[in-house]
Amino acid sequence: MIEREIVVIGAGPAGLSAALEAARSGASVLIIDENHRPGGQLFKQIHKFFGSHEHRAGVRGIDIGTQLIEDASHLDIEVWLDSEVCGIFHEREVWVVRSRELSVTVKAKSIIIATGAVENAVNFTGWTLPGVMGAGAAQTMINIHRVLPGKKVLMIGSGNVGVIVSYQLLQAGADVKAVVEAAGRLGGYGVHTAKVRRAGVPFYTRTTVLEARGNDHVSEAVIVSLDDAWKPIPGTEKVLDVDTICIAAGLTPLVELAFAAGCRKVYSPVLGGMVPWHDASMRTNVPSLYIAGDVSGVEEASTAMEEGRLAGLSAAYSLRYIEKDEYDSRFNDALRRIDSLRSGMFGEKRRIAKHAIINHI
Amino acid sequence: MRIDDHPVLGPLEERKQITIIVDGEPLKVFEGEMIAAALIANGKQYLRKTVKSHSPRGIYCGIGRCTDCVMTVDGVPNVRTCITEVQDGMVIETQLGYGTWKQEKHQ
Amino acid sequence: MKEIQQELKVCGAPSLDELHASPCYQLPPQDRRALAAVIECVEGIPCNPCETSCPQNAITVGEEITALPVVNLEACTGCGICVAACPGLAIYLKKYLFKDDRAYIAFPFEYLPLPKEGETVTMVNRLGESVCEGTVLRVVKIKKMDRTAVIHCSYPNRFYEEVVSIRRLSL
Ligand SMILES: Cc1cc2nc3c(=O)[nH]c(=O)nc-3n(C[C@H](O)[C@H](O)[C@H](O)COP(=O)(O)OP(=O)(O)OC[C@H]3O[C@@H](n4cnc5c(N)ncnc54)[C@H](O)[C@@H]3O)c2cc1C
Ligand code: FES
Repeated sequence: MIEREIVVIGAGPAGLSAALEAARSGASVLIIDENHRPGGQLFKQIHKFFGSHEHRAGVRGIDIGTQLIEDASHLDIEVWLDSEVCGIFHEREVWVVRSRELSVTVKAKSIIIATGAVENAVNFTGWTLPGVMGAGAAQTMINIHRVLPGKKVLMIGSGNVGVIVSYQLLQAGADVKAVVEAAGRLGGYGVHTAKVRRAGVPFYTRTTVLEARGNDHVSEAVIVSLDDAWKPIPGTEKVLDVDTICIAAGLTPLVELAFAAGCRKVYSPVLGGMVPWHDASMRTNVPSLYIAGDVSGVEEASTAMEEGRLAGLSAAYSLRYIEKDEYDSRFNDALRRIDSLRSGMFGEKRRIAKHAIINHI
Repeated sequence: MRIDDHPVLGPLEERKQITIIVDGEPLKVFEGEMIAAALIANGKQYLRKTVKSHSPRGIYCGIGRCTDCVMTVDGVPNVRTCITEVQDGMVIETQLGYGTWKQEKHQ
Repeated sequence: MKEIQQELKVCGAPSLDELHASPCYQLPPQDRRALAAVIECVEGIPCNPCETSCPQNAITVGEEITALPVVNLEACTGCGICVAACPGLAIYLKKYLFKDDRAYIAFPFEYLPLPKEGETVTMVNRLGESVCEGTVLRVVKIKKMDRTAVIHCSYPNRFYEEVVSIRRLSL
């Protein structure tokens, strides 16, 4: 068994920010990610972020990712890539599979879990056909691998991931035939839907996909209107000529490691389902365990980064790397930044949901 | 289809071409790319057939979580092709069901 | 907080009524000589690069970054820096009097291919519907704008308010 001070699991925006904050406080940090490259979902986010200057607003996700990695390279941060964490034992021991031949257990003083989230599936007739995929999968294909999975796309779901990926599919040269939304209202930010709409993409609310047709691959999709009880209305079916169907039906926090390690579960529908209970400093009921980012409730990359900072700072403080005064002032700065992201008619709901978790007994 | 030029990401950078063997046919792909991406770029979307109904499957999550994209790679079945890089000379086969280890097949 | 914008939440784009009801939207008056920024950001998202990028301090969001941005038309010089700075691509420049009966618009554009100066293009409204033909006057893509191009066009000014962009050229 080897020993490290702070182990961060997941090198997405939350994990990288946690590692940076802890290392800046003087702690030595090991960050582990199963991917070949750090960055998590950030490198698929080629759009400019919202927020204010201190949140790096107006900067594209990819460029924020590059900067985080650059910053990490100047600090005392060890990075293990292509390494999957498969368990946390006795509150401090992190079991890592580093290759087909090698697994290692790392004993940590504090552990920060920043494993992110996975996309939800929606099933309908034909949904297993090649050409039906998560919106995030399409985003990964176009923005990371530079490959168009199809030319004519139907997007299921109008939340921010659905509309952002629709826009990015247009930028990549695909044609988005429609965005359908089962609810009566579109979910994403109006500025995102507006730019997709003025590019000529129709939105259909109270509509869902009934069927994907095709032999070895999607060749058409059937969509249908829904009544008030969310039941398909016969006779309203419409056949769309598409070769790809993307599903953007929300994300679920990747909580298995946290729960297996003994974290208490709290249900938060607004934040994606079961999440580990945590306090304002991102500490869970297991004193050595902190969480940050989508695993603690699905939000956005900018909030994930602020939560990462809170977790990294708190872990470093618990190991006495910083004095109380300094901790309080840096902590309150981060809290203020995160609160300003969780405001307005979209953020408010998330702020309330977060408070409900923190105050859950 | 590859995205040769992109309004934000710019033109595709020069990469070294290598050859992989897909179901017995050589295919020119680029060093560093994932198997599934290389296949989709060349129009092959269907990567395996299921155990019972033999229905086709392609990528679903694209990030190594769902295992819908598994193929037999260099004789090893159930390799997640969306997160496995191509190598020169790699032998890739559309997988039927659980697949078989190549070594066993040849013995 | 303002009433929920219905058209925006069903069609994806705000109707003119919804825009007129929002304090952020101000169409520059027809007799104005200079270009001015027009903002279509009606939901109160936590965001303020429009305010911080403006060299004239002509856009105000304020301390509370979810407040709606408001343009001070007196101070706005129509420089266009906010057009590329807005992460939501929700700002363009407009003026009614360009030449004869033509209006002028400069809007953000992040698609390929880019149009060419002098090219005739199809102008579209907020729903992406073709409205009229327009002429490309300038295509600005500079480092400072971080890969967002700004396209300047003229078009018949009877469509002054309707037009917001052009049809993508790959279609
Ligand atoms: C596919 C996808 C696309 C998205 N697109 C957008 C978008 O365009 N805009 C937007 O605002 N939000 C988007 N999101 C939402 C997302 O909330 C944030 O953008 C942000 O990336 C969350 O940061 P994170 O660090 O919590 O998680 P992630 O960025 O997901 O990072 C988590 C990292 O942990 C790794 N990991 C997980 N488990 C293990 C393990 N056991 N061992 C080792 N490593 C592990 C993962 O592989 C990953 O690299 C997207 C989410 C997903 C899943
Ligand atoms: S597509 Fe899900 S694991 Fe490869």
